[in-house]
Amino acid sequence: MTLLEVSGLRVTYRTEDGPVLAAKDVSFSLGRGEILALVGESGCGKTATAMAIPRLLDDTRATIGGSVLLDGVELTALSERRMRDVRGKDISVVFQEPMTSLNPAFTVGRQIGEVLRQHTGLTRRQVRERVVELLDLVGVPDARRRAGSYPHELSGGMRQRVMIATAVACDPKVLIADEPTTALDVTIQAGVLDVIRDLREQLGTAVILITHDLGVVAEVADRVVVMYSGRHVEHSPTAAVFDRPQHPYTIGLLDALPARAALRGGRRRLTEIPGLVPSPATDPDACQFAPRCPRATAECTAARPALTGADGGDGHLVACYHPGPRRDA
Amino acid sequence: MIRYLLRRAGTAVVTLFLASIAVFLGVRALPGDPATVLAGESPTPEAVAAIRQQFGLDQPLPVQYLHYVTQALEGNLGSSTQDKAPVTHILAERLPVTLELTVLAMVVGIAVGMLAGIVAAVRRGTALDYAANAFGLFGLSIPHFWLGLLGIVVFSVHWHVLPASGFVGFADDPAGNLERMVMPVLVLGTGLAAVIMRQTRSSLLGQLSADYVRTARSKGMSGLGQLGHALRNSLTTVTTVVGLQLAGLISGAVITEQIFVIPGFGKLIVDGVSSRNYPVIQGAVLVTVTGYVLVNLLVDVAYAYLDPRLRTAGAPE
Repeated sequence: MTLLEVSGLRVTYRTEDGPVLAAKDVSFSLGRGEILALVGESGCGKTATAMAIPRLLDDTRATIGGSVLLDGVELTALSERRMRDVRGKDISVVFQEPMTSLNPAFTVGRQIGEVLRQHTGLTRRQVRERVVELLDLVGVPDARRRAGSYPHELSGGMRQRVMIATAVACDPKVLIADEPTTALDVTIQAGVLDVIRDLREQLGTAVILITHDLGVVAEVADRVVVMYSGRHVEHSPTAAVFDRPQHPYTIGLLDALPARAALRGGRRRLTEIPGLVPSPATDPDACQFAPRCPRATAECTAARPALTGADGGDGHLVACYHPGPRRDA
Repeated sequence: MIRYLLRRAGTAVVTLFLASIAVFLGVRALPGDPATVLAGESPTPEAVAAIRQQFGLDQPLPVQYLHYVTQALEGNLGSSTQDKAPVTHILAERLPVTLELTVLAMVVGIAVGMLAGIVAAVRRGTALDYAANAFGLFGLSIPHFWLGLLGIVVFSVHWHVLPASGFVGFADDPAGNLERMVMPVLVLGTGLAAVIMRQTRSSLLGQLSADYVRTARSKGMSGLGQLGHALRNSLTTVTTVVGLQLAGLISGAVITEQIFVIPGFGKLIVDGVSSRNYPVIQGAVLVTVTGYVLVNLLVDVAYAYLDPRLRTAGAPE
């Protein structure tokens, strides 16, 4: 059942050098309890897309077009006042930097409690109890004492758990996690991902996971949207992306994955995608990946390929004139 | 935390000790001495020598200093060379006047400065921001004495709404006291308000774009709630500024008291200097320095309160 329906989402930033199109016609849906990964290089528009959903982009610089339906409610049409009731309650966010995303001057208990005071009618004492429960839930040891700690007294992994506790405090329908493990040590990453996966199991929270790390995707995501230069180029169940990648860009991303390169023929040689990401200021009627693509033909630069069903059904979509698995190796 | 405060308190004591030496030597470095002033129009060398002996001014400087410090520690700051009144009595009489002036000026400066700074930061780039910035520039560039004179010309001479000068005790006539304090306080508070406004604005602008403010927004908090988060972290900067500006406030008080003929410390020091009244100058400056050191000690305590990182990590070196 569809919980969140994003269609034709466009995010435009006003800059001194003219408008930048961060997201162009992005569409996807999210079911209850589903984990959807938004994947792509830095600057491909995955964060802009995700932050546009709870309208957390800077209003003075960014304009959002298209439609975002949450349980049938059009979020782009809500007043800022009504939107505040959605943020933290129906849609909450875990940011990339646990170091700076918490206020250094307040205890973590207070910062988790804030979202409860904002959206629930709990008494002071109930809020305190709930905060301890939440810290327990996300695996913070000695939760009662930790609630009185300041962010600087906690490790990066613990802070990210605090952020997650804040995000799930009001039992949101959608949790947006923006590179939640990128700033953490590799040894801590798995623990934080486990927390997210467990929360989905226990609370049925749907998750939009933004990441550039395909290893993370393979571990937790149900479905994957691959983005390139503000557009989604491939959209499929996670297993299908790894088994039968269709878009040459997705194939390039997979080849850049160390573990995967090691699997293929035992040669520990990583492949990079030649060329550079195109300027986000342009939006030509062509495949944006064509200049870097080994399969590019005249057709690719003549008109933009539409997102169409790929071989194998199961909702696997790809925007490419020459889709299909790797042909060389 | 305790160690941090003890270290700060220790620093304060050393500062006071050094200040007492500086004041003692500074006063004696002034050209002329109290004996010649006291001996009248055409003093005989004998009369001058007698007066010097009477006040112990014929002793070597280290002996004089030792004598001064031991007496001061017993609460005796000597007596005025002019009217023989104990310096402690004179100070006790004048201190409340200057205290009222500076405290009121500080309250007005902090209130106006922070409010203007917050408005300017939140409404960045609007007419309100420009108005606040213009006020900041004005307040920083206008000298106290000029602003004071301008105030007298406009409000007293031209419009007759406020008295031009003078002072009555708050206990004697509260309304009259406040009425006479309005102009001096505004004159003294303007510069402080300007500095605080600028610092509040710039530090708040930095904090408002911090990640944790975005987090607050993602929790569904209102603009005011987000401002609360940012403001809390700006307060350290504002506190620092208040501590640093205190010196300016005290020197400003000296000038302001002269203009408005207010019998406070400022006037006491200026009159003391012109009559080479060593004990009075020393006493007044020492009390002023003590006040300054105490306020800065309070600022350090406030830091530890405002920034929890200081409490556990110990003091920054």
